[in-house]
Amino acid sequence: MSSEPLTIALVGNPNTGKSTIFNALTGLRQKIANYPGITVERKAGTTIIGGVLHKIIDLPGAYSLNYKKLDERIAYETLIGSYEHEEVPDLVLVIADASNLDRNLYLATQVMDLNMPVVLVLNMMDIAEQNGITINAEKISKALGIPVVPISAKNKEGIETLKKAIQDLDLTKPDPLKWVPSKALNKAIETVLDEWIEPYTQVPERARYIEALRLISEGEFNDPFYKFEQPGVGKKAIAKARKNIEDEGANPVALEVLQRYNFISDCTSGASSQNGQQKRTLTDKIDAVVTHKVAGPAIFALILLFMFQAIFSWATPFMDMIDLFFVEGGNWIANTLPPGMLNDLLVEGVIAGLGGVVIFIPQILFLFFFIYILEGTGYMARAAFVMDGFMTKVGLHGRSVVPLMSGFACAIPGIMAARTIENWRDRIITIMVLPFMACSARLPVYALLIAAFIPATTVLGVFTLQGITFFGLYIFGIVMAVAAAAVMKKIFPTGQQTPFIMELPSYKIPTWAVVFQNTAERGKVFVTEAGKIIVAISIVLWFLASFPKAGTEQYEAEASSTETIESFQLRHSFAGKFGKLIEPAIEPIGFDWKIGISLLTSFAAREVMVGTLNTIYSIGEEDGDHVTLKEKLINDINPETGKPVYSIATAISLMIFFALAMQCMSTIAIVKRETNSWKWPVAMFSYMTALAYICSFIAFQLISSW
Amino acid sequence: MGIFLSDIQPPEKVTVINIHGTDTTRLLEMGITPGLEIEIIRKAPLGFPMEIKVRGYLLSLRESEAKCIEVAS
Repeated sequence: MSSEPLTIALVGNPNTGKSTIFNALTGLRQKIANYPGITVERKAGTTIIGGVLHKIIDLPGAYSLNYKKLDERIAYETLIGSYEHEEVPDLVLVIADASNLDRNLYLATQVMDLNMPVVLVLNMMDIAEQNGITINAEKISKALGIPVVPISAKNKEGIETLKKAIQDLDLTKPDPLKWVPSKALNKAIETVLDEWIEPYTQVPERARYIEALRLISEGEFNDPFYKFEQPGVGKKAIAKARKNIEDEGANPVALEVLQRYNFISDCTSGASSQNGQQKRTLTDKIDAVVTHKVAGPAIFALILLFMFQAIFSWATPFMDMIDLFFVEGGNWIANTLPPGMLNDLLVEGVIAGLGGVVIFIPQILFLFFFIYILEGTGYMARAAFVMDGFMTKVGLHGRSVVPLMSGFACAIPGIMAARTIENWRDRIITIMVLPFMACSARLPVYALLIAAFIPATTVLGVFTLQGITFFGLYIFGIVMAVAAAAVMKKIFPTGQQTPFIMELPSYKIPTWAVVFQNTAERGKVFVTEAGKIIVAISIVLWFLASFPKAGTEQYEAEASSTETIESFQLRHSFAGKFGKLIEPAIEPIGFDWKIGISLLTSFAAREVMVGTLNTIYSIGEEDGDHVTLKEKLINDINPETGKPVYSIATAISLMIFFALAMQCMSTIAIVKRETNSWKWPVAMFSYMTALAYICSFIAFQLISSW
Repeated sequence: MGIFLSDIQPPEKVTVINIHGTDTTRLLEMGITPGLEIEIIRKAPLGFPMEIKVRGYLLSLRESEAKCIEVAS
């Protein structure tokens, strides 16, 4: 009987309902965060069984302990007790998909080799039954020598059964029966253990056996997680072990796998049976439609269209409400508190920053609500299957489509959605090119510049030059994203080869509790982790635009009669000085100091540029709409040259700059959160800004000399 | 060298003969072992990836992976 508090680890293949079980066990007593320094999410919580509080760790999904991905490596290191950021488990629950027993038992046999208490949880018994599979859990338990609990985690009963099994568990039970390696393999294991692992490494006791197998299969120190000093000795031992196997006519890579699967077949034969002929399952029938060569992409396009329509139109009222709330709240505070620096700081720095954070929440929640439904049903893998052919042509992954398309609404939810891409390299490339997609914050900037500088000439009868420019800017963003992805694919090292093998899980009804909880979690992560960066930058930007203060006397003495005090203040602030300072640098791309200021201020959000130009051109609130600003821009004359400040060359250069430059602090903040490092956001900012400068330079020079 | 999974047009059932290539551990671990019968169900719009059924579950393989799997029909 286990009346002591335990640390219980959940481990299992992806798509086995592990999250559902974790959720059912922990309820709201759970915490999600990144493991320090990496992007793998740690899910942990507590559960009360028979009056005892146990810790539950939900380890990342893994197909094998012979890890091929960082997620799997974390699971492995935790299980063997050598991961410094995770507690050592006392008990392991291996969650297996009952409708797909063989492959799930593969991981179970590996975990059993670690000589720790293991319970096998056969989940999704209901689906197995639907597919005509009958499983005798007792027989499997006997064959494996460990407790086996058959459940359907979706109904409450299953969870109670599981809890009772944990409560009744005898942790001092003898070691389970192991699969028996063949003579040749056994000899190889002994060689590696005796000549390398035991004398020369600090591999934890319980992991030595499985580590020896891993080394024999890998044939080299592929990404070792323990320190050793004499790699030469190890290499020799491994080579010797492999040669032993080869001399027996076997393949050292395959031998262990084959013997494990043979062992599994022995365990399941008689314990699991398929009724008559394999039925055509519901999954097969749905797949025949949604992965069809023609219908598949069409259905995916429809789903995407629906999703983004929803994000745009359903999120907008909420965003307007949030906007109104923060504007009104800011006004109220501005009028209630005595005027002064604190007032300004609160209203223009803190509240504006908070508003800038909260405004993203509706889009994030809507997008992730849909994504978790698509993931939960199993459709997401089909979408990736259908799109993978197209996406690999441009150096991306089938799973990159949803994040990239989300980028048209806003890069923030898009970058967060990139977590659905398993492969790290594909994920990082998707994140790095995603801000090229023309997000909705660029719209006001494009609209202003196009209205002011692109003639409304009709082309080809139905189109106007303005419309074509608009369209062109969107296409330009996509083309640049694709081109950048292709280049990055060449630059980024492949590192350890990561398999692209992708499971297409059976369709099921999503667990709504998991969908809602995960969706809420994404909103929370954004607010708490990206939010603080956004508020901090917002305060810095407020400071730069507000200091040093230009006094009223100075304004009255120096300003021209038409200039408002706001404009005068901005001109004399650090932001104004910054604009003047960088003017020589941005002159070759056609910008003057006024645009220089707005480049800095629009880092808060791209659309802020319009507001900044309003302020600079001294447009009061009462007449501050685009039309007036448009007139002012068109009529602005450079006093030195007597020519208009803004030519069409400048306008196009500016649009290109806005299409390409990383002008968004929220994107920076979320990239930092999602990559868990400042390296990537800094790299993103640098390369995008450089690319923007170069392209704007070429465009400006070409057009103005033409 | 014989025929490979990448050459097979769906729908078709084949038997795995051998797995070739440098990084084949995961293919084996996913249950694609010599002697096993696998069902090729369909190919994606541009020809790859391909959907196969192995040990009762569905798997998507890219061309580079399908090329590692030697089969006999």
